[in-house]
Amino acid sequence: MSAPAKTRRVGTDKPPTRASKMLQNRWAGIAGLLIALLAPFVNATPYALSVMTSAAIFVMLAAGLNIVVGYCGLLDLGYVAFFAVGAYTSGVLATRFDLPLLVTVPAVIVVTVIAGIVIGAPTLRLRSDYLAIVTLGFGEIIRITANNLDITGGPSGIYGIPHLADSPVIFYYLTVVVVSLAVLGAARLGRSRIGRAWRFVREDEDAAEAMGVHTYRVKLAAYVAGAVWGGLAGVLFAAQLSAISPTSFTFLSSALVLMAVVLGGMGSTPGVVIGAVVISLLPEFLRDLADYRFFLFGVLLIAVMLLRPQGLWPARSKEVS
Amino acid sequence: MTQLVWNGLFVGSFYALVALGYSMVYGIIKLLNFAHGDLYMLGAFVGFAVLGAVGGVSSSMALPLLLVVLLATMVLTGLAGVALERIAYRPLRRAPRLSLLITAVGASFALEYGMRAAAGADPRVYPVRLGGTSVEVLGARLTLQQLVLVGVAVVLMFGLNLLITRTREGRAMRAIALDPRTSSLMGIDVNAVISRTFFLGSALAGAAGVMAGAYYGKIDFLMGFLIGLKAFTAAVIGGIGNIPGTMLGGLLLGLLESFGTYWLGGEWRDVFAFGVLILFLTVRPTGLLGERVTERV
Repeated sequence: MSAPAKTRRVGTDKPPTRASKMLQNRWAGIAGLLIALLAPFVNATPYALSVMTSAAIFVMLAAGLNIVVGYCGLLDLGYVAFFAVGAYTSGVLATRFDLPLLVTVPAVIVVTVIAGIVIGAPTLRLRSDYLAIVTLGFGEIIRITANNLDITGGPSGIYGIPHLADSPVIFYYLTVVVVSLAVLGAARLGRSRIGRAWRFVREDEDAAEAMGVHTYRVKLAAYVAGAVWGGLAGVLFAAQLSAISPTSFTFLSSALVLMAVVLGGMGSTPGVVIGAVVISLLPEFLRDLADYRFFLFGVLLIAVMLLRPQGLWPARSKEVS
Repeated sequence: MTQLVWNGLFVGSFYALVALGYSMVYGIIKLLNFAHGDLYMLGAFVGFAVLGAVGGVSSSMALPLLLVVLLATMVLTGLAGVALERIAYRPLRRAPRLSLLITAVGASFALEYGMRAAAGADPRVYPVRLGGTSVEVLGARLTLQQLVLVGVAVVLMFGLNLLITRTREGRAMRAIALDPRTSSLMGIDVNAVISRTFFLGSALAGAAGVMAGAYYGKIDFLMGFLIGLKAFTAAVIGGIGNIPGTMLGGLLLGLLESFGTYWLGGEWRDVFAFGVLILFLTVRPTGLLGERVTERV
């Protein structure tokens, strides 16, 4: 097939507006962190705390998927599989062997890295659309497996997972700290040498290959990094709910994380964080629209791609003047 | 044993029908239409609505009526497919692939949850059930209705194959699949042909939806998700973009599942199917009948 000429509508073509400059500013991150830290002083009901904690965990998921989709341009439609792998690894170890949750973290990292390699190694040589559907199948495989195995508790899942902190407020702060570090880590990875390689692969894989970038290894690195981020978010999730079941890890969740990344702006850290917060908080404000919610999400995905393919808060790279 | 083969072929003919649309669209514009499975779901619901509008029918009239409804549904889902292409895919034809894939996911979501908002989240029971007497053939029990459904599927598939290999329209499609630019220089209206391809593929998916509704008796708004994945798997097994290959892939996937269920138990059926998908993509991404593609896209 003759490759169609790509029309690039990259945000860097336009001069930065004041609002977008503000978002790129490093104070934006600090302001976001401050808002997150001060939120419990405004409203600390158990409901509000649980919503905010879930939002923070969702931010971490979005930051992880942003590495895969945003930086490297690999569409992963089964991202919650890694979320599930992390949550289940942690949950199984904690409940079967009475380990504290913190002790399970190294095991979670090892298992998610293995999971990332197992699915990434054979499939990352495939074209982008094949990869998308394979990851979709992989997500389903993980969910069905969790649903059918004894060790994962089958359809009823695992309950009685120990908490990470005594009170919801402390757990919320713990989550915010972990998530902030994760977001910061992802952003720094994106600016590092490997991050430049990721963007190169996203923009033009053949050119990257020709310039000596080992594209396969670079893509695998992005995939594994995304897997680890997702797995660690899974540990937080297991700790927050103290119970997990296969129903938490459906394609719907994968699509929502993708939605956050796309809406926010693929590759843009502040964009993705805001996108994730919006996607996770919106349902709480739109309870009345329950039936139309996901329909609107779908329409929004199409509309964003048609009207603002770079997302609402596009990434601005310093490399392009 | 014969029963397993028959069950496999029966389910496989459904897969093949849905997979054909996938394969045609992929063959012609290299787009994975994620929303394709949801057109199957749409077909099931449109058929449900049309049957409901017709009202009570005696069971002796069920089969002829169903065939009429089938045709009407095919036209409607076909048009829905054309609209989908026009709104969500055509404006992005020259955009990066990632954008196109994401709109396809969005379209799938919009169709699923739009249907949920319109028809409710609970499964609906199809007004026409094709129960009936079973006959014994070579040690397998099969119903007359199963035979009719498979027959309809076979007729549709052969019709499509004739259309693609023997008509002007089919030649235009094959030309675009080879090189859209040159085709347009040779006077082919590329957009119109792509629209018609979407129409055909979506109509076949709609037909499969009505048939599945009448056979299984129950439909729900998420029924397209899994069958979409399965149909894609079928297309990949046979060789995506290749029409006879896709039919073969559908039947093979049906057989594989039938035997996989027998050996491993029904709860592992889907894991088995997706395992086969991953295996095929790694070992032979062009499928059984696909040509070897050397250039990297």
